[in-house]
Amino acid sequence: MTTLLQRLESIDRRWIYLVILAAVVIPFLMNLKLPVGKHSPSTTAVHDYIEQLPPGSVIQMSFDYSPASMPELEPMAKAVVRHAFEKGHRILAMTLHPQGALMIRRALDEMALEMNKEYGVDYVDAGFKPGGVAVILGMGKDIVRVFEDMDARGNKLSAMPMMRDVADYSDIALMMDFAANSLPLAWVAYAHEQYGLQMGVGLTAVMATDLYPYWKSEQFVGLINGLKGAAEYEDLVEVPGLGILGMSSQSIAHLLIILFIVLGNVGYIVTGRASQRRT
Amino acid sequence: MGELQQSNQLIIMGLSLNTYVLGLWLQAALTFAILSFLIGDNPVYKFAEHLFVGISAGYGVVIVWKQAALPLLIFKLLPQLGPTPGEAANYWVLIPGLLGLLMLARFIPRYDWLSRYPIAFTVGLFSGASIPAAVQTQLLEQAQATMKPVLGLGGIHWGLALSSLIVLLGVICTLTYFYFSKPHEGTLGVTSKIGIWFLMVAFGAGFGNTVMARLSLLIGRVEFLLYEWMPVISVHFNNHMQ
Repeated sequence: MTTLLQRLESIDRRWIYLVILAAVVIPFLMNLKLPVGKHSPSTTAVHDYIEQLPPGSVIQMSFDYSPASMPELEPMAKAVVRHAFEKGHRILAMTLHPQGALMIRRALDEMALEMNKEYGVDYVDAGFKPGGVAVILGMGKDIVRVFEDMDARGNKLSAMPMMRDVADYSDIALMMDFAANSLPLAWVAYAHEQYGLQMGVGLTAVMATDLYPYWKSEQFVGLINGLKGAAEYEDLVEVPGLGILGMSSQSIAHLLIILFIVLGNVGYIVTGRASQRRT
Repeated sequence: MGELQQSNQLIIMGLSLNTYVLGLWLQAALTFAILSFLIGDNPVYKFAEHLFVGISAGYGVVIVWKQAALPLLIFKLLPQLGPTPGEAANYWVLIPGLLGLLMLARFIPRYDWLSRYPIAFTVGLFSGASIPAAVQTQLLEQAQATMKPVLGLGGIHWGLALSSLIVLLGVICTLTYFYFSKPHEGTLGVTSKIGIWFLMVAFGAGFGNTVMARLSLLIGRVEFLLYEWMPVISVHFNNHMQ
């Protein structure tokens, strides 16, 4: 037994990579569909908040992520956009991340086409604006001026029917920040604390642990955590997407990793005792 | 799932290429190139890595030029070059423009001291803006959130009461762990040990979330390969066989 555990301790890590890869790929090939499970309260909180907004409310969405975080954030962004459009809300999209402009097009345009939404009336793409904190603070005074009265597609913002009702944060019912960095902290510090803007966030799982306290302290209305959160939101809006699709692979791979951790610790304890006995 | 999407055709030396399909093949090739690192470091991985760094840097430069330098500086100084030629020139932007140029003095050893002025300006501005905000958001609001009532007005809700007590215990014990002015003995030793356990649970949760995040990225790539790239191969194969 000790020899087997010692062998497992010194196994070539490429075998472990291969097993993890198989754990991810095989559920797709077998079309395995495991249930999403109980929805986390933080995800449900975002859904319920959007649900109770009066139709026609303006939701600002900041797509502060790059293609590197797309697998986790795009499914949740699409699910939230779908939910907002279904409830008749209007979307003001923007980003503080240079590569976020493309992410807006991917998440928003497809949904808008599918749900017959009109640009300028139901949604506006303000695009990328450099400046970070300066942009967040400026939007609290005059959104059109911050974006130089120009959207991402070369149109005048002030000429759009939707923007006639949106001057600053007081006209925005909810701000959703999809981020893989610490920008939500800037949004909550300046937009929420100074202007009272209600905020929800969609985060990569890496960031979520640090930002859960902000949801518990009611600085965020809700928090969508990674691909699991995306799957939960898709389940809530009853339209499966890449989030739900990936859950089977995620569950199998997680179980495998738990097994490896247990085996590793058992091996460490057993081989440690064996070497103590020898000495 | 097997149909090609509508896209532009790219004609190179008389050869017509579907740009969407070309993009898919490029994505798949670079995905395999990056994943080849798991077998061992190799030139294919190095090429893909350098390509990524170069494209990211190039994209960043273009974005900064088009989204910042042109509209915020050049077109303000010379509106006749911009989308609103009738607008009056705004010479106030020379001040931030000059500060930005002084930052580049960093690259000239003899004049790198000039970059201290824009750095001082930036640090001063953002300290003034962010310190009060950070204190409010990250300290006061969080401290307030730990002061949850154990006994509610309508009676005891045992779940919430236990949760409030655990939060209070965790915050106090974790903070005592970071108090190094006295040796961790006696009561302080006990509370700091409890604090260590809370820290370990928090780090474990963080590690679990990190594992989930990394697996999600792999799942994203596998979804692309199986649902976007492989159908294109099957369409090509079917077209070739017909």
